[in-house]
Amino acid sequence: MGKKESTLTSMVLSLLVITLASGLTLGYVNDWTLEPKAQAKLDRKINAIKLVLPAFDSNPLEDVIVVKPAQHQDSIEIYPAFKDEKFIGAAVIGYSDRGYSGLVKLMVGFNDDGTIENIAVLEQKETPGLGTKMKNESFISQFRGKHPSSYNLRVTKDGGDVDAMTGATISTRAFGESVQMAFEEFRNYAEANYLLNQ
Amino acid sequence: MAEKTEQRQNFLKGIVKDNPVFVMLLGMCPTLGVTSSAFNGLGMGVATLFVLLMSNIVVSLVKSQIPDKVRIPAFIIIIASFVTIVEMVLEAFIPFLYEQLGIFIPLIVVNCLILGRAEAFASKNNLWSSILDALGMGAGFILALTALGAVREVLGSGSLFGWSFVSEDANTFILFILPPGAFIALAYLSLVFNRLTVKTS
Repeated sequence: MGKKESTLTSMVLSLLVITLASGLTLGYVNDWTLEPKAQAKLDRKINAIKLVLPAFDSNPLEDVIVVKPAQHQDSIEIYPAFKDEKFIGAAVIGYSDRGYSGLVKLMVGFNDDGTIENIAVLEQKETPGLGTKMKNESFISQFRGKHPSSYNLRVTKDGGDVDAMTGATISTRAFGESVQMAFEEFRNYAEANYLLNQ
Repeated sequence: MAEKTEQRQNFLKGIVKDNPVFVMLLGMCPTLGVTSSAFNGLGMGVATLFVLLMSNIVVSLVKSQIPDKVRIPAFIIIIASFVTIVEMVLEAFIPFLYEQLGIFIPLIVVNCLILGRAEAFASKNNLWSSILDALGMGAGFILALTALGAVREVLGSGSLFGWSFVSEDANTFILFILPPGAFIALAYLSLVFNRLTVKTS
């Protein structure tokens, strides 16, 4: 079986054919996966919202409000939820860059009176086995039903009420800061719209 | 008869004698990078098997049409195309795995196992042998990554395929889910693997 000789024409031609075929294939696959990809992203968000809020019947993704927290780089999203047209709370993104390995990003669900309903960890790169325990039920459960105006979100070591994860005080601090940010944005939003149930 | 044994050899060599991870030590970047759990190892193995199979098929089919001097760029384009397809399909249909594997999916392109098989085998052998070679090598890669992931997950997280058998707050050998643990576990697994295969052959 004779190999093609390496002349300029044959080299240019064979590479051209290969790149053309690969470009066409990729274009086709991209077209085909475009919708499922967008859908998968939406599903992930709506699942996180459902996890942190009590049952609702509105579409929080449509009612989303984007705000930029003071003294922070990136803006965050507030997803208000309604049931029978009545405000029942909101899922708010909170983040902190001061985790042990950078960004910690949470979605915090608040009831209409400002108490924490539940928290979902969206992004973190903490140390496996130490800081990653922030996803554990035993850690998150201490926040449920607490109102951040009476429950100090600092670590006990810093004079707050949060029990730090063993060996991961820095991760716990970042977690607390993220919740605090989410709470402040929730309060600003709810007060501005007279939604807070005192 | 000789033909048949030779074909069987093409398939089996990738699993035992020339196992890409434990014997040839190819594709170390994904091997060490993603095997923090058995499921991740399995997912990476299957993605690599797919790319390896497709690239071996295409390379074997077009080998006589590609001039020698541009064969490497041609192989790379073929491999990169299939990797991109895998990436898009995973993101669309298995977003969970896509997030877990992250940067290591595009890095399949530079997995020397795939280019190595294209260059050393598929460009010199016919279609059927190349398919068997890809399946064998891919199976060997899946086995190795899943085994490594399983060992690291059991020791490091106290679970297997996500099924936990210690309490949530138990202290496990965290070392094994961290990068140094990957090297240690890989070294011991290769040791055991080579010891066993040397004995049998």
